[in-house]
Amino acid sequence: MKNRWVVAGAALLIGVSGQAWSAEEVNLYSARKENLIKPLLERFTEESGIEVNLVTGKADALLKRLEAEGRHSPADLLLTTDAGRLHRAKEAGVLQPMQSDALEQVIPDTYRDPEGYWYGLSVRARPILYVKDKVDPQELSTYEDLADPRWKNRVCIRSSGNIYNQSLVASMIASRGQEATQQWADAFVKNFARKPAGGDRDQIAAAAAGMCDIAVANTYYLGVMLHSDDPAQREAAEKVAVFWPNQEGRGTHVNVSGIALTAAAGNRDNAQRLMEFLVSDEAQAWYAEVNHEYPVKADVAWSETLQSWGTFKADDVNMARLGEYNAEALKLMDRAGWR
Amino acid sequence: MNSKVESEWDPPKGGFMSLHGDGLASRIRRRLPDSWQAGVALVALLLALPILTVFGHLFVPAGDVWGHLVDTVLADYVGNSLVLMAGVGLGTLLLGVGSAWLTSLCDFPGRRVFEWALLLPLAVPAYIIAYTYTGLLDFTGPVQTTLRETFGWSYGDYWFPEIRSLGGAVAMLSLVLYPYVYLMARAAFLEQSVAVLEVSRTLGAGPWRSFFRVALPLARPAIATGVSLALMETLADYGTVEYFGVSTFTTGIFRTWFGLGDATAAAQLAAMLLGFVFVLILLEHWSRRRARFHQATQRYQMLPRYRLQGWRRWAAVAGCAFPLLLGFVVPAGQLSAWAVRTAGRTVDSDFFELTLNSMGLAAGAALVTLLLALFMAYGKRLCRGPIVNTAVRVAGMGYAIPGTVIAIGVMLPLARVDRALDGWSVEVFGISTGLLLSGTLFALLFAYAVRFLAVSLQAVEGGLGRIRPSMDDAARSLGLRPTQVLRRVHMPVMRGTLLTALLLVFVDVLKELPATLVLRPFNFNTLAVRTFELASDERLADASSAALTIVLAGIVPVILLSRSIGRSRAGQKHAA
Repeated sequence: MKNRWVVAGAALLIGVSGQAWSAEEVNLYSARKENLIKPLLERFTEESGIEVNLVTGKADALLKRLEAEGRHSPADLLLTTDAGRLHRAKEAGVLQPMQSDALEQVIPDTYRDPEGYWYGLSVRARPILYVKDKVDPQELSTYEDLADPRWKNRVCIRSSGNIYNQSLVASMIASRGQEATQQWADAFVKNFARKPAGGDRDQIAAAAAGMCDIAVANTYYLGVMLHSDDPAQREAAEKVAVFWPNQEGRGTHVNVSGIALTAAAGNRDNAQRLMEFLVSDEAQAWYAEVNHEYPVKADVAWSETLQSWGTFKADDVNMARLGEYNAEALKLMDRAGWR
Repeated sequence: MNSKVESEWDPPKGGFMSLHGDGLASRIRRRLPDSWQAGVALVALLLALPILTVFGHLFVPAGDVWGHLVDTVLADYVGNSLVLMAGVGLGTLLLGVGSAWLTSLCDFPGRRVFEWALLLPLAVPAYIIAYTYTGLLDFTGPVQTTLRETFGWSYGDYWFPEIRSLGGAVAMLSLVLYPYVYLMARAAFLEQSVAVLEVSRTLGAGPWRSFFRVALPLARPAIATGVSLALMETLADYGTVEYFGVSTFTTGIFRTWFGLGDATAAAQLAAMLLGFVFVLILLEHWSRRRARFHQATQRYQMLPRYRLQGWRRWAAVAGCAFPLLLGFVVPAGQLSAWAVRTAGRTVDSDFFELTLNSMGLAAGAALVTLLLALFMAYGKRLCRGPIVNTAVRVAGMGYAIPGTVIAIGVMLPLARVDRALDGWSVEVFGISTGLLLSGTLFALLFAYAVRFLAVSLQAVEGGLGRIRPSMDDAARSLGLRPTQVLRRVHMPVMRGTLLTALLLVFVDVLKELPATLVLRPFNFNTLAVRTFELASDERLADASSAALTIVLAGIVPVILLSRSIGRSRAGQKHAA
């Protein structure tokens, strides 16, 4: 009786962990949701014959899993949707640098780690969105200006728990210093039309419905809304327009989704092939078509939606700095009472 | 069914309630099985390991983050968590006890349907009800839009409750958690000796008086159990409060751990959270004190229900329809409306596999958890004592800990075991085994057991508590060993309770998200994962098919659950 259980248990364990031992494959921990990565991975498998094993999840939790598993981790690659987390992973010692000419030639300096620990795959911009019939774009200039009292009760933005807001504030600390940023945050919070709640799409919808005149949100949410099969979403999205702030200065805040080789990687070569595939023209165009993100690669044609928002100057602070200032940014927002 | 078996074993004693002290028999019992005591302590330690691991961070030197938290956000975390708990406690109490009393002891139109239907909200995960109500009631949702269009209002012209608020979170959590209270209270009302209520009636007490003076005090331990389950679930909730932008302990823990990168301060927050849980447990314990609530009479018969007349009938219907409508019909309806629009695109070839994975995991976890709970609860009965009592309490604490925290607490010790196994294997066989346990279904089942043991444990302990100790004594004196008593006497008697424990955990695991998300093996997805991925991308409509499937898969066990309780009515012959 007891023996049967032991055999059954062993069979279960081998059955489950066995899949990690077969030949041509690469194992990926991805903070990008399955439906926003799997089609690309399938294309990769088709092209290369390398199977991709996938676990999706929240970036922080995946990072903890990597840390816990240590040098035995089955994961070869970690993919996140912001640079801050990649920086955390690097600090935690679970990554290793990768030298690849193919990657270095294609990806601009600011969108990858100076030491090659991680590489950006797509660019996500966080500009100001304004309601067309309420705000004259002439009134808009910079993120800093949104702290001016004339915007009182007119701004919608999500909570400070969100990494995109943390990165935005981190970018401001990087350029203007901590004190100036604190003063800005203190004043900015007073202009909120409501207590922060919901996601980026909710801010856009709230602006369109008249609750506020300005929303700060990532453009791909606007893109997804514009292409929604729900007429109400499309209608809401049509009411707002994109304004690119800080064009005279450091540029509009951007973040990247990126990928890194883990320290424990057992399938190094396959991992490198996948990374290089993800910056191929085909993959780069896919981000824009499916999720309205900007390619990191300069010569890839933009989708129509991206073109309609116009070109802009992006903040050229190295993404690694955003990670460095992340904790400081969060504390600063706590002090400002930004929920 | 219970009564039949019980009567075979037990001679009539008379009296309808007995407050059992520790008699001679229990003193003999206490000296018996040391191996049980050791076993229970060991299992409890294993199950407490993830929580202890997280608290291990307490002893890592801290930075200045704790000071920062105290200066800025801690008051918010404490205040919001307390208000949330008070609100959900009150909400679940009103909805749960009220509807349980009405369906157990009154007669009104639709009662038979309400009896099982009132459990349905249990099948709706809290984050899903939050998503759907936000879709409906938000400023941009259909309700407010219609109001604005009808009356020509615009923003600021009218007042409308903000769904994404602390109040909203209280409402959402109360609506999906009241079934715990309903379940326990109803079972208690149904099991109450008919004689007790008859006596109260013959002494001239009306329905209200019987309720407040007799039935409610007798059902108090059961109700306290239900409320404490609901409150623990509330404390562990992350999805709803995060979505609503309410800062509580749970959101604070993640902000501190990940955002500020300070595990020590996060563990300090988690320790405070556990402080709340201890208070809850103590309160529940104190409410029972030394009273024992098992039946001591042999007289069982149908108690005539109060036949409600006139407006009371319709008030009863409204009272039962309210939680059912808001907790189930509206969200399920909204999900269905979305699903009809998006199913063609979202129900793909993987969908069947997702469902199978979800159900398989839930069934496995329910079974494992039940076995552990039986072992612990019976061990506690065999050897009462501070060690075992504490062990059982500690093992049940996981229910109030957010799933992600437990998941991380599971990963670290498992990885350590894996490393040790690997080192040993390399030394002996020269083969590296890599990670044997981490990243497997074993890790997931372990996490579920830690997280949901409290649910099984509460049910099983309740069931055992209703079996008179004299039965153990009789069986033991007839020569059965402790395990045999459990298998041949207790388990048959508490079949209904065991089923309840199984089904509750099944439904809970079906809904569970955060631990599943982090711990699952490669290429393994569940319905909850699919729902979350789409919903967190703000694609509620696309998430609806998977969400609806979770709800539907949860309905079958919920109905089974209700039937098993209906049959437990003393003197009731199989008819609900």
